[in-house]
Amino acid sequence: MAVLAAAADVPFAVLPALLVVPAAGALLVAVLPRRRPELLKLVAVATSMVVAAMTVWLLVAFDVDRGADMQFEFRQSWIADLGIQWLLAVDGISLFLIVLTGLLFPIVLLAVDPGHDDRAYFAWMLLLEAGVIGVFCAMDLMVFFLCFEVVLVPMYFLIGRWGHANSAYAATKFFLFTMAGSALMLIGILALAFLHADATGGNLTFDLVELAEAQSLGTTTARWVFLSFALAFAVKVPIFPLHTWLPDAHTEAPTGGSVILAGVLLKLGTYGFLRFGLYLFPEASHFFAPVFLTLGLVGIIYGAVVATMQRDLKRLVAYSSVAHLGFIVLGTFALNTEGIEGGLLQMVNHGVSTAALFLLVGMIYERRHTRRIDELGGLQKAAPVLAAVFTLVMLSSIGLPGLNGFVGEFLVLVGTFNAHRWLAVAATGGVVLAALYLLWAYQRVFHGPAEGGNAEMPDLKLREGLVLAPLLVLIVAMGVYPKPVIERMEPSVDALVAHIEIHVDGFHEPTSRFGADIGVGEGGDDAGDDH
Amino acid sequence: MPPLVTPEVIWWALLPLLVLSGGGFLLLTIASLVRRLPEALPQAWTVATGLVVLIATVPMWDRVQSDGPRSFLGGMVAVDGSTVLVTAILAMAVVATALLARPYLRREDLPGVELYVLLLMSAAGGVVMASADDLIVLFLGLEILSIAVYVLAALHLRRIESQEAALKYFVLGAFASAFLLYGIALIYGATGSTRMARISGHLASTVLVQDGMLLAGIALLLVGLAFKVAAVPFHAWTPDVYQGAPSPVVAWMAAGVKTAGFAAMLRVLVVTLGTHASDWRPAVAVLAAASMVVGAWVAVLQTDVKRMLAYSSIAHAGFILLGVQAASERGTSAVYVYLFVYTLLATGSFAVITTVAGRGDAAHGLGAYRGLARRQPVLAGAFTVLLLGQAGVPFTGGFVAKLGVLAAAVEGRTYWVAMVAMAAAAVAAFVYLRILVAMYLEDPAPDTDDRYEVPTGTRLVIGAACAGVLLIGLVPGFLLDIASDAVPVLVGG
Repeated sequence: MAVLAAAADVPFAVLPALLVVPAAGALLVAVLPRRRPELLKLVAVATSMVVAAMTVWLLVAFDVDRGADMQFEFRQSWIADLGIQWLLAVDGISLFLIVLTGLLFPIVLLAVDPGHDDRAYFAWMLLLEAGVIGVFCAMDLMVFFLCFEVVLVPMYFLIGRWGHANSAYAATKFFLFTMAGSALMLIGILALAFLHADATGGNLTFDLVELAEAQSLGTTTARWVFLSFALAFAVKVPIFPLHTWLPDAHTEAPTGGSVILAGVLLKLGTYGFLRFGLYLFPEASHFFAPVFLTLGLVGIIYGAVVATMQRDLKRLVAYSSVAHLGFIVLGTFALNTEGIEGGLLQMVNHGVSTAALFLLVGMIYERRHTRRIDELGGLQKAAPVLAAVFTLVMLSSIGLPGLNGFVGEFLVLVGTFNAHRWLAVAATGGVVLAALYLLWAYQRVFHGPAEGGNAEMPDLKLREGLVLAPLLVLIVAMGVYPKPVIERMEPSVDALVAHIEIHVDGFHEPTSRFGADIGVGEGGDDAGDDH
Repeated sequence: MPPLVTPEVIWWALLPLLVLSGGGFLLLTIASLVRRLPEALPQAWTVATGLVVLIATVPMWDRVQSDGPRSFLGGMVAVDGSTVLVTAILAMAVVATALLARPYLRREDLPGVELYVLLLMSAAGGVVMASADDLIVLFLGLEILSIAVYVLAALHLRRIESQEAALKYFVLGAFASAFLLYGIALIYGATGSTRMARISGHLASTVLVQDGMLLAGIALLLVGLAFKVAAVPFHAWTPDVYQGAPSPVVAWMAAGVKTAGFAAMLRVLVVTLGTHASDWRPAVAVLAAASMVVGAWVAVLQTDVKRMLAYSSIAHAGFILLGVQAASERGTSAVYVYLFVYTLLATGSFAVITTVAGRGDAAHGLGAYRGLARRQPVLAGAFTVLLLGQAGVPFTGGFVAKLGVLAAAVEGRTYWVAMVAMAAAAVAAFVYLRILVAMYLEDPAPDTDDRYEVPTGTRLVIGAACAGVLLIGLVPGFLLDIASDAVPVLVGG
């Protein structure tokens, strides 16, 4: 432990390494000799393993006692003319998303073979990893935007080149939706920096902490700028009604692409709301919270209802993501510790369980060459292990107590209940619906008589089992004992809520801990005055 | 009798002009005297001339930075940071165009020397525009540049489209020149001088009671310059001319002519008429918005890649105008950065187009690019870099360029144009994606399974363009520093 403590005091530049290593790996993959095709996967997996090891080191070396602080900070001026710097750091909000990214990539690279054009596939995957980690640890708005945008390119090619029949359409739709969504955010970022520089008389800076602590924008301006950010994140999340790119992209993407898309990329938007929406614009977030709470709720119900009606197993999982992300949005805009923490936890949970679901659907597709629910059936007899694993993952996605999904969903609902009681009641309906569509789909796919090829479907291979094992362990471990995760998240979340309380006049964290003033702010106070 | 006073001449500052025009004349003379010229000579000569100018700009830059800007030849010509930077960009474009030209001429079986001579002349005109300290000199430079390009457009003797392009370009170009000249005349009438320093001095020290003539002059000047840089609504010639003219010439038009045009626009609007920025800024902002929207939107409707890039070049002109309309130092230096990056993007992209077009310079449809990634992964990869650069994807030079002009627009509080710009960028991205889809996601058409031969010169251009675009995307500091030192200044008066 002494060694680790010392390492935490003098960290090697781990965050830049997290960006440079996958990028360098991608370059290496691109220039490997053509005669040694077997090296491609080896190099890609090895690179992602190194990154995974570094993210785990990050988790261990993360100082819980200074949980609210930015740790492992790295600062290097980049475009001096505009005051843009490579400013990377980690706190409790981003820590687990980085670890999730680090763990999912080797799993995906090991589990799924692209089938053709291996070199380009592995290079794009590693570039994607670099971009995603860049998003999660960038503390400079401009670097954040660059990484946020640049992940579109690898994902576009991954969906387009290695996807299913209609992949060109889905890839283009994905690229254009998300790019158009974030277009205005660049203006927002620039406006924020210039207005801040004008207000303080200082130099141009895009330093997140400096901008957030200064709060130098007027209320109305801040609301406009917040909207430019919110649009970008809302498309990325995606929040209803901007979600239409998601089912297409998920369904057409290759298994590896779907896993990364669901596991990691969908978190970019919700993470953006937490880190850049709430922190930079507390007043505007509070002002617009009802809108996002409503849209989050609509997403939960809508996603669940539409998922119930899907005939394509992959599309069903895709719509279930819309519902799950609705929960995350709900928790985030509850603006209290439970809600935000639940949302954050749910980001990680959704990453783990949906990634596993997509891997399983991919394995079924690989064997049966169909994803249509009515063409599958009775798989349980032929593949009992696969069915068992599917059950576990599905139950985690439903939110069964004892598995990871429960903890996050419960916290979200508690947070929402404390802030807006009726929204929580309505959202609970979404939990019920989730059980409905997933169990019904499970029933149709795995139960009943097995016909034709379904009866001879091979069961899970050892390699596939090993690849899934870490995800299953996480599903159980985080469900039974979430404390290590929560205690690392909590200081940062508390700090964020305190930040909102300081900067929003008359706002107090909606909480039930200290008695009567549950719910709708002033109503409770008035009731107290009547005595 | 008093001694005859000749105006001061700063020879080192005239060097690029002398080398380019001298090189052009010498080449013309040699070619008409020597019966059997070695086939490689004109190209080598032109490339060498361009490189000499490019190298000469390095000591010139140091000198300008240490001694400050100078005006000479009786206040007709000036040299400042912007002059040197624009000269360097033009020299780069000359080298690239010359490298593309020879394989093109050989493939199309066209006579050799004229293209190079006209190219050098045109570049000399561009340098004159970039160093003009007097509106009449600016006009002269513009005409030298334009007339050479009119002929260049018609250079493909056997393609009727090429002739059509040249005629269209010439008629509309002459029209625009007339506007420009009339504008100069009106400004002379309003201020009593055609010398930029005097005009700006006059406007700074005098309040015009009736400024109608000045405003009309500014408007006409703006029309003339907007035509040269192909800004909407003065863009109608661009798609036809780009489609018809020989592809290497189009590279020069997109890179060289646009650079010279914007250099002139900055000297006239931002520097000379800076005191009246509040009058012309809204007009330029509208031009910018219209160019971006129309360019991006109409590009989406095209099926011909060359026409797509023609419209996208209109959209790029709109982005550059975004920097002009900011009328600030940040805006001006952002324009230079954009011009530098766009020169790389345009020469590289048109190099690919020249290659894929095949003999007859006709295969510009999207079909010609289908499955290119499977047939020639390296060429497709290079084109991908260039297209992503044009789309402004992060970590390419294109993003740095767009970021600069957007920052200038936001700093100038013209949020609405900035928002239009980002919307247009998203639309334009679709254009580039279509080409990417064709290259990567579609199978090659059955009859185009042959490989395109990529000549060495073309390889050099494409490789240098890609390397430059990525380098600027990753470490943009050096270019931004140069550009911020290159803001034009008026001296003398």
